[in-house]
Amino acid sequence: MSSTVILTIISLSVLALVAAVILYFVAQKFKVIEDPRIDEIQEALPAANCGGCGFAGCRNFAEALVKAETFEGLNCPVGGAPVMAEAAKILGKEAPVTEPQVAVLLCNGTPDQRPSTSKYDGPQDCRITNNLYIGESDCSYGCLGNGDCVRACTFDAMYMDQVTNLPVISDEKCVACGACVKACPRNIIELRKKAKKDRKIYVACSNCDKGGPARKACKVACIGCNKCFKVCEFGAITIENNLAYIDAAKCTFCRKCVTECPTNAIIELNFPPRKPKVEVKEEVVNV
Amino acid sequence: MLKTFPAGGVHPPENKLTANIPIEYLPVPESVTIPVSQHIGAPAVPVVNKGDTVKAGQLIAAGKGFVTANIHSSVSGKVSRIDTIIDGTGFKQTSIAIDVEGDEWIETIDRSKDILKEIKLTPEEITKRCLESGIVGLGGATFPSHVKLSVPTGKKCDILIINGVECEPYLTSDHRLMLERGEELLTGITILMKALKVEKAMVGIENNKPDALSHLTKLVSGFKGISVIPLKVKYPQGAEKQLIKALINREVPSGRLPLEVGAVVHNVGTAFAVYEAVQKNKPLFERVVTVTGKSLTKPGNYVVRTGTPIRKLIEAAGGMPGDTGKIVNGGPMMGKAVNNIDVPVVKGMSGVILFPEKESSRQVVQPCIRCAKCVSACALNLEPYLLMTLSEKGMFERAEAERITDCMECGSCSYTCPAGRPLLDYIRLGKSTVIRMARERNLK
Repeated sequence: MSSTVILTIISLSVLALVAAVILYFVAQKFKVIEDPRIDEIQEALPAANCGGCGFAGCRNFAEALVKAETFEGLNCPVGGAPVMAEAAKILGKEAPVTEPQVAVLLCNGTPDQRPSTSKYDGPQDCRITNNLYIGESDCSYGCLGNGDCVRACTFDAMYMDQVTNLPVISDEKCVACGACVKACPRNIIELRKKAKKDRKIYVACSNCDKGGPARKACKVACIGCNKCFKVCEFGAITIENNLAYIDAAKCTFCRKCVTECPTNAIIELNFPPRKPKVEVKEEVVNV
Repeated sequence: MLKTFPAGGVHPPENKLTANIPIEYLPVPESVTIPVSQHIGAPAVPVVNKGDTVKAGQLIAAGKGFVTANIHSSVSGKVSRIDTIIDGTGFKQTSIAIDVEGDEWIETIDRSKDILKEIKLTPEEITKRCLESGIVGLGGATFPSHVKLSVPTGKKCDILIINGVECEPYLTSDHRLMLERGEELLTGITILMKALKVEKAMVGIENNKPDALSHLTKLVSGFKGISVIPLKVKYPQGAEKQLIKALINREVPSGRLPLEVGAVVHNVGTAFAVYEAVQKNKPLFERVVTVTGKSLTKPGNYVVRTGTPIRKLIEAAGGMPGDTGKIVNGGPMMGKAVNNIDVPVVKGMSGVILFPEKESSRQVVQPCIRCAKCVSACALNLEPYLLMTLSEKGMFERAEAERITDCMECGSCSYTCPAGRPLLDYIRLGKSTVIRMARERNLK
């Protein structure tokens, strides 16, 4: 009895020893040397795995950062400047200054401005509607309203407004990962430079048709009339294919184009209310 | 035992309401809008300007390239504008609008009613005439006919197959054409045989058209090499590959053309158009359209000029019933609902169907229970439920490996699904995405 126990202990110990020796050499042979900084950087990243940086996930991005010579073209839109600065500190490199961005919808075709001419009852998927026909309204450029962008957003920064049938983007939650931009089959979501107090001035239209048909399909369509182009003193506005575009880098938020636009296609957001017209003051002077 | 294709297929209710109604001529409308792209391939380029006076049969847009077709004016009058309109496919397209003045045809067209059986042109001249006359496949796919008639070197064609199946429910335009224009049709087939240099032609007709079958069988004795074959009723027998399998038991490989197995398929409507183009020198600018629907008071088959708004057809058929839910361009299985009734009649429009609201609305979508009814219904041995999921989830590479591009969009899967799932909607999305991906890959 006791000899059996002893024999078992001895044989198992020998086996364990042999296995340990083999494992030691195998481990030596197949050792993967990984830069410990990858783990450190991954720790610093937001762990959203959203793909906004263009890589499959935060780990891949961390690897790319360690491998890269400079940080040129590498940016984590979710973490922004602080996260990139920390990653740069770990690697002892300079992080370029990247401006924070935010997604905006280049369409303002609410049902009362852009009347429906047909009713779509198929699957609620913008890709299908876009493949099938021009959409429920006569505008072949505008929002289809089936919410592909909302489903693509992993930051809960978007929702479909039931009244306007357009997606609404939350400035606080949007991290500019670009998932909605990719999801939109009509390419009407743009990442724009984030300004102070989330102020925005942009042409909320993507219609490249000529003035007549564009206006017929939607009352707030850009008709390419050139008025905003002429009024802009900073050369921020360009007109191409009957559609105006405001360059966020050049725009100074003077808001002249907003008042000039005959179709209200240019919208201003998060500005304090405009001062009442100075007519009253003039009257006082006259009296 | 009647011939048919082996795999899949469904039996939708036939509802051929207009089978016994003779073809009528629809009066020429006050104005027409003729799209420059009524075919598969490159759109034609307008050759007329605003204000020009045109006659019926005059070339107004010329095809550029090989796979393309000429567009001819269907009326005489003045070009009022060249503009984009929403056509029957639901997309914007350049179109030529003409205000009608009288009904003057170009002088070269033979407007007599005589049936000319003697073929004077050589095979090359026939192909050239088809190209000039803008002949396209009138079954619905609108593939330019001259392309099908130009057999590339190295390929051999030994049989011409004529599609008189008309497997889509409701439609009867081909049926009436076979009954009322039998001799012209058979002459057209003989012309096509001469162009292809084949000795044999088969006309496949489904057994639900006994009158057309007996009529053509009687006439066919006067023509050499043509035989009329009755087929078992099964949708989608009118599809090219299925018809070849049914008639001559040859299988066209995946992704290849019927020419691979030595066959060329033309529709009866096309054969008739070829007859008119070759014997009467008349370009393709009118066709037979079935206007039908259960609530219509006067459904019928009409010869319509291209560019006529379908509003005119609906008026001729007794006006729009109050319960109309959808107006479908084409057959109920493969057709597409139009988004306004001003869309013009085009070369490929075989029917206009007005569905009552309760028949046209979609079913409530329920989860897939893996009953595999769609798999049994697929005539191409695909797995529709899988293709739908792959497209829905954006797994297009896998969808390509599952041969999504083989799908001919016949709609049998969606028709048969007990859970009302939008199978074809997603498969179409996947198919177009995969085709785009493949094209981009080829460019690299």
